[in-house]
Amino acid sequence: MKAVLPVSVVIAAIVVLWYGAAVWMNAAWVRDQAARAGETPAFAQIVPQTLNQERPVLPTPHQVVSELWKGVAGQAVTSKRSLVYHGWITLSATLLGFVIGTGAGILLAIGIVHNRAMDLSVMPWAIASQTIPILAIAPMIIVVLNSVGVTGIVPKAIISAYLSFFPVVVGMVKGLRAPDAMQLDLLRTYGASQRQTFAKLRMPASVPYLFASLKVGVAAALVGAIVGELPTGAVAGLGARLLSGSYYGQTVQIWAALFAAALLAASLVALIGLAERLTLRRMGMGR
Amino acid sequence: MKDTARPAEPAIKARSLGLTFQTADGPVHALRDVTLTIGRGDFVSFIGPSGCGKTTFLRSVAALEHPTEGSLTVNGMAPDAARLARAFGYVFQAAGLYPWRTIAGNIRLPLEIMGFPRAEQDERVARVLGLVELGGFGTKFPWQLSGGMQQRASIARALAFDADILLMDEPFGALDEIVRDRLNEELLNLWSRTGKTICFVTHSIPEAVYLSTRIVVMSPRPGRITDVIDSPLPRERPLDIRDTPEFLAISQRVREGLRAGHSYDV
Repeated sequence: MKAVLPVSVVIAAIVVLWYGAAVWMNAAWVRDQAARAGETPAFAQIVPQTLNQERPVLPTPHQVVSELWKGVAGQAVTSKRSLVYHGWITLSATLLGFVIGTGAGILLAIGIVHNRAMDLSVMPWAIASQTIPILAIAPMIIVVLNSVGVTGIVPKAIISAYLSFFPVVVGMVKGLRAPDAMQLDLLRTYGASQRQTFAKLRMPASVPYLFASLKVGVAAALVGAIVGELPTGAVAGLGARLLSGSYYGQTVQIWAALFAAALLAASLVALIGLAERLTLRRMGMGR
Repeated sequence: MKDTARPAEPAIKARSLGLTFQTADGPVHALRDVTLTIGRGDFVSFIGPSGCGKTTFLRSVAALEHPTEGSLTVNGMAPDAARLARAFGYVFQAAGLYPWRTIAGNIRLPLEIMGFPRAEQDERVARVLGLVELGGFGTKFPWQLSGGMQQRASIARALAFDADILLMDEPFGALDEIVRDRLNEELLNLWSRTGKTICFVTHSIPEAVYLSTRIVVMSPRPGRITDVIDSPLPRERPLDIRDTPEFLAISQRVREGLRAGHSYDV
């Protein structure tokens, strides 16, 4: 509970700075309007007009919160204006992509650790894959998959998987290699097979590394799903809300969608953190 | 359970054993011309400075290293075959218990790998926990135990599958002297109750003299045996035997063996 005060102070400071920035950035429009009407408003007259603009340069916190609230609670969840609806579209692609990416990442890591040829050949490609800007490759994936008849959630999930497999590969390779020479020697004196060494030693030893990777991976998967929604022409999903917001200059809508995405990512990471604590406690490695 | 009709050959027999590592700086002779016979039920200590090949010899017995010259048999078999016949248990300097397994779970590990039936696993775990005086600690996790208790658990793990040779590589090297004294006493006790053959690598002259029926003194560059001392001390050894003239005489001879091998030259 000691942390409550400092955390509140930091949040309050961010909100104050945000309001300050909103007033400063949105004032230009107010002065512009006033100049056209031949007036020169005083600062005290400008401030109230910067706080609730329809298309502000920077929306104020209360505008974002109320738009978020309207999007979440003010609509039927099936409505195209509901953030729950769009959030679910993005979330479902994220989760599917995360599962594919995690599975692929774990399998690749197992191969890399057990096979020298894979160790030398796969890792450079995995690293190269992450150096390509996702914004450049996402439309290609969508177009290619569309042309072979794969549409809907799968292309987006593939982009999610493309981003989320990498941290899992890196983390799991490190985790599966975590046992030291002495622990491996010990199993050799028992005549353990490679399969037994994997099941009894490498896999359990890699669990803490896996969870660290999953936290990074799930956030990357969400980014992948949102990016995957951009080139499809803004039909549905948080990415679509971002894009349509920018088409029509709806800055409040953009910020609400951004915050919805951030909250979603934070919840996913928190859920994995919870799973991590429960698993490690069950394994006797809990703090 | 136990094979009563044991073959008559010695537990470990090495003849002109040599092991050369090829490194970038040329060959390193980790062992040269090591000839040694260890009888059943012996407690043999290997003492010498770092690089004298004592650990390499132990690892060769366990088939973790493969000698390049000479011959080595364990219970009359090649080391690889002896491993499959569960001839030896190995205790490392670090306890190396798995943090995700309880103490009982750790001791069960070799039994699971070797495919013992579940009921027999339970019975064996309970028995060896008693042997190392850790009865009642089976459900604890390693971090809940002191360093000395963890090392006792690792000895129990090596005893669990009834190997009749125990290979111990500086098992108490990381423990403080008081705990080490206690564990030395317990180890002698365990040895006299179980009749195992024990090979024990150490840096400590008093430890070697106190524990062993035979002391093998080794020297580095190349790793070789400079002296083998058969201890005249009785098998029953209270801790204060270390103040007797016999004990000091053996210690003196070990020191001379080390000096003869230039082990004190820096």
